[in-house]
Amino acid sequence: MAPVVEIQGLVRQYQTGGGLLSALAGVDLVVHDGEMVAILGASGSGKSTLLNVLGCLDRPTRGSYRLAGVPVESLDDDALADLRNSRLGFVFQSFNLLPRTTALDNVLLPMLYDRDGRFSDPEARAREALRRVGLGERLFHLPNELSGGQQQRVAVARALVTEPRLLLADEPTGNLDTRTTLDVMALFQELHRQGTTLLIVTHEEAVANYCSRAITMRDGRILSDRRHDPGDAAADLGALGPVV
Amino acid sequence: MNVVSLVRIALASIRRNAARSLLTILGVVIGVGAVVVMVAIGNGAQAEIAAKVAGLGTHLVVVAPGSSTRTGVSGGAGSTDSLTMEDVEKIKKESWNAALVSPVIQTFTMAVVGNVNWRTRISGVDVSYFDIRSWGVSAGRVLDEADIRTSKKVCLLGATVARTLYPDRDPVGQTLRLRGIPMEIVGVLEAKGQTAEGTDQDDVALVPYSTVRSRMAGRQFLGQILVSARSAAAVPDAVDEVRAILREGHRIRPGMDEDFTIQDQRQIAETAQGTTAVMTTLLMAVASVSLLVGGIGIMNIMLVSVTERTREIGIRRALGARRRDVLAQFLVEAVVLSGLGGVLGTALGAAGSVVVGWLTGWATAVTPGSVVIAVTFSAAVGVFFGWYPARRAAAFDPIEALRYQ
Repeated sequence: MAPVVEIQGLVRQYQTGGGLLSALAGVDLVVHDGEMVAILGASGSGKSTLLNVLGCLDRPTRGSYRLAGVPVESLDDDALADLRNSRLGFVFQSFNLLPRTTALDNVLLPMLYDRDGRFSDPEARAREALRRVGLGERLFHLPNELSGGQQQRVAVARALVTEPRLLLADEPTGNLDTRTTLDVMALFQELHRQGTTLLIVTHEEAVANYCSRAITMRDGRILSDRRHDPGDAAADLGALGPVV
Repeated sequence: MNVVSLVRIALASIRRNAARSLLTILGVVIGVGAVVVMVAIGNGAQAEIAAKVAGLGTHLVVVAPGSSTRTGVSGGAGSTDSLTMEDVEKIKKESWNAALVSPVIQTFTMAVVGNVNWRTRISGVDVSYFDIRSWGVSAGRVLDEADIRTSKKVCLLGATVARTLYPDRDPVGQTLRLRGIPMEIVGVLEAKGQTAEGTDQDDVALVPYSTVRSRMAGRQFLGQILVSARSAAAVPDAVDEVRAILREGHRIRPGMDEDFTIQDQRQIAETAQGTTAVMTTLLMAVASVSLLVGGIGIMNIMLVSVTERTREIGIRRALGARRRDVLAQFLVEAVVLSGLGGVLGTALGAAGSVVVGWLTGWATAVTPGSVVIAVTFSAAVGVFFGWYPARRAAAFDPIEALRYQ
């Protein structure tokens, strides 16, 4: 089976007032099924641009990108949308749930745009996805009735519900406190154990420590790519002790 | 994305902004309501005119002395004294499709009771006049053959004349003076109201035509000949027969202009209805403008809504919505909004029609046709004015949209 992500010589340039800006200046990267990868870097390092390209929201200026064997750089806008729908799941820093829309309807959203008729009973799938992230009891809560951690769990359920080959998370813990961060990371680790491939963009070393592979970026290039034994977020959460 | 889920998304979004949605569609509600009311009023007015024309009499054909060019100058209808009693007799004898025929000799005179004077119109008529015009009495009796034969000095008063001259007495059996001649009042006519042109039909005194000829006017010529066809279907044939008889009687050779005019009830109705049709069209035009303004209101709010929901658009695009899905979503939302406005407007218009009907006494009618047109038109307004905002929504770049605060 082809790797989930296969990137070669990826360049992404922007035309700005001060000339040509290379947000990505030649990136090579391969991610295999079952990996849990963190992409680290300061702002301006190119990690967000990489995420946009990986997420098929943006096209590279040069270089090749194959997502699950599909060459992305040659696809048109509609095909990119279909690819996002069928192969990718997104989790954002600011949750990006539809306001005034129940948890269940939010999780149903990606299946609305499924063109292949992959899901016979979308509602049952959505309930199951919410149950998996521990929100089986809050199907009909609105986002503003949920805590930040719970909202991010709804977003994770929404990303999971289509069984994507790759789950992309953009600063998923950026708006969360330490306890909730550990909570969400424990959820990601649980999904990872169940076989989901994850790629998490973050600027927090602590988050990267819970991943099995950490890639550090600087100035549009990969600075380091190391594998290590991840920490156990669930255990660390338990060590924090009960909520006071 | 099928239509059902698009409509469900649209309804959910409209419900989330219930108050604003209601204000948005207000313009369309008023526009559609105005259209429905205008059509209902137009229909009511037309029905009213039809009823008035029917009140002229059943299967009526009116012969009037008409434009003669004998002197080289064409006069209007009624400008010559060309109709005579001989014409009446000929029509009675020779026309098979004319069931009833009555001459009408008209003259204006003073009606005097004691010291009260009232200038009114006197019509000298035959017995058949009452059947031709389907005009009955509210008191007393109509004229009979003996009245005609003996040129009896009797008359019937129209409701207006009776009310004016005998405000607190029963006129039947009383005597009044018409052009100085004492006349016994044998009956009072039912009120008929105004004609479509605004003439009071009840301001009249009916007298045997023979009495007018022998005692009142030197006039031997007739103001009108009224003919009633055997049936509605026989009206055109009756017109043709009467025309042939009169041309022959008046020795008008083929190609020569006639010295009389014949109008049937349909023509009278068409003239009157043409006027209301113009009015209705004008009112409709005004109502359509308000519908247009309502549409612009929808476009305005949809544009605001698209900007407000930039992030939602970004989320949907990230989750796999194609541009076309976003376009369809906002277009359907605009159509559902304006369609909703159409439905509410129709209800409002129906209620308004009832009120107008109650105030005017007209039979205002909301027809299914006007409802279908109003709702279809308002949905079309939604498509037309929803297109531009929807295009803008679909054109957003997903990355920019997701970053939008």
